[in-house]
Amino acid sequence: MIPAKFDYIKATSISEAVNLLDEHGFDAKILSGGQSLLPAMKLRLNRPEIVIDINGIPGMNSIEETGDEVIIGANCTHTQILNSDMVYKTVNILHQAVTTLGDVQVRNRGTIGGSLAHADPSADYPAVVLACNAQIEVEGKGGKRTIAATDFFQGIFTTALEDDEIVTAVRFPKVAHGKYLKFYQSASRFAIVGVAVVFDDSKVKVGITGVSDTPYRATAVEEAYTGNGDAAEHAVDGIEVMSDHFADENYRSHLAKVMVKRALEE
Amino acid sequence: MNVTITVNGKQFTHDIEPRLSLAQYLRENLDLTGTHIGCDTSGCGACTITMDGNAVKSCTVLAVQADGSEITTIEGMAQNGEMHPIQAAFKEKHGLQCGFCTPGMVMVAADILKNYPNPSEEDIRHGLKGNFCRCTGYHNIVKSIQLAAETIND
Repeated sequence: MIPAKFDYIKATSISEAVNLLDEHGFDAKILSGGQSLLPAMKLRLNRPEIVIDINGIPGMNSIEETGDEVIIGANCTHTQILNSDMVYKTVNILHQAVTTLGDVQVRNRGTIGGSLAHADPSADYPAVVLACNAQIEVEGKGGKRTIAATDFFQGIFTTALEDDEIVTAVRFPKVAHGKYLKFYQSASRFAIVGVAVVFDDSKVKVGITGVSDTPYRATAVEEAYTGNGDAAEHAVDGIEVMSDHFADENYRSHLAKVMVKRALEE
Repeated sequence: MNVTITVNGKQFTHDIEPRLSLAQYLRENLDLTGTHIGCDTSGCGACTITMDGNAVKSCTVLAVQADGSEITTIEGMAQNGEMHPIQAAFKEKHGLQCGFCTPGMVMVAADILKNYPNPSEEDIRHGLKGNFCRCTGYHNIVKSIQLAAETIND
């Protein structure tokens, strides 16, 4: 399968990429790891006229520690995150999620920024960034801004990014105790249900992916939490649950409660 | 666009279209047909090669993105007419039936052994998640990679 024709531009700076996005609008797509975009282009689900490759931009693929945060450049591959001792020790829940993500080859190419910007409703990162209260750094024509994970995901493949903005980094607060649990779609390895729980004294923060067309913070679970798994019955309160040929609405709702219960009881 | 790519130690320069995948480039431009294209959408792993030392699915990398990279394909594994230990182990342990998935299996095995020089069975099975064998010969593929690890470590 061959994608429709496009012009390829390798951007050398964030401002160059942003200016190109601004100039070409909907006709342009950002290419990061390409593990979702390139198959979509082959299947003609997407046919951009301009592909802007951001892989060569310096300074976007480092993992750094500053006080109580870990800052991950948008172009870091999943493998880079998986192999980071710093991530393992300080944001272990992120390490757990990346272990379950894709396969060796996909992890060697795919990037955290690309995955977040793509906003697949069954991707793993959304649950983790939500539960961690991560901050997503973006840059556009109007300059830089920070979007809280809780404001970032707005619908299926839809984020709070403006048309001329790209994700440049993700800031994770250090997390002492967290758990990511996933029920796999057995062919694609995406999550039918993915649950991230961050424990903080007597409270929890719960992020859920795969259940709704928008990943969400399960605030009903968080409010009902009393130190055991009982609050899991609220996992889909007020949520419109997805239904497809892998898992219908009832099955998925039940599965979400089971997975949240298991994660809470860790 | 002009690209210069080193494949199995030899440098090539070609003028190519941006939409050409690395897998097609290897097969059509360089005639290295050992790299197989199965699903063509990064699911099956048959097109696995190493790019700057890391296993990647060459159907889901544009050839223009490989400009300046060092690529190893299945044709680059044997040295001086001697099979690579991973290839020899696949032969010894009957790690292939129809052989379609085998080049991808060997190339991902190289990545697994790079990260886990003494892999557990679980490490190997986890590492093979992105490669399908539709003959379902997984058990012998795992045994092949275990033998390869032993041979390389000897």
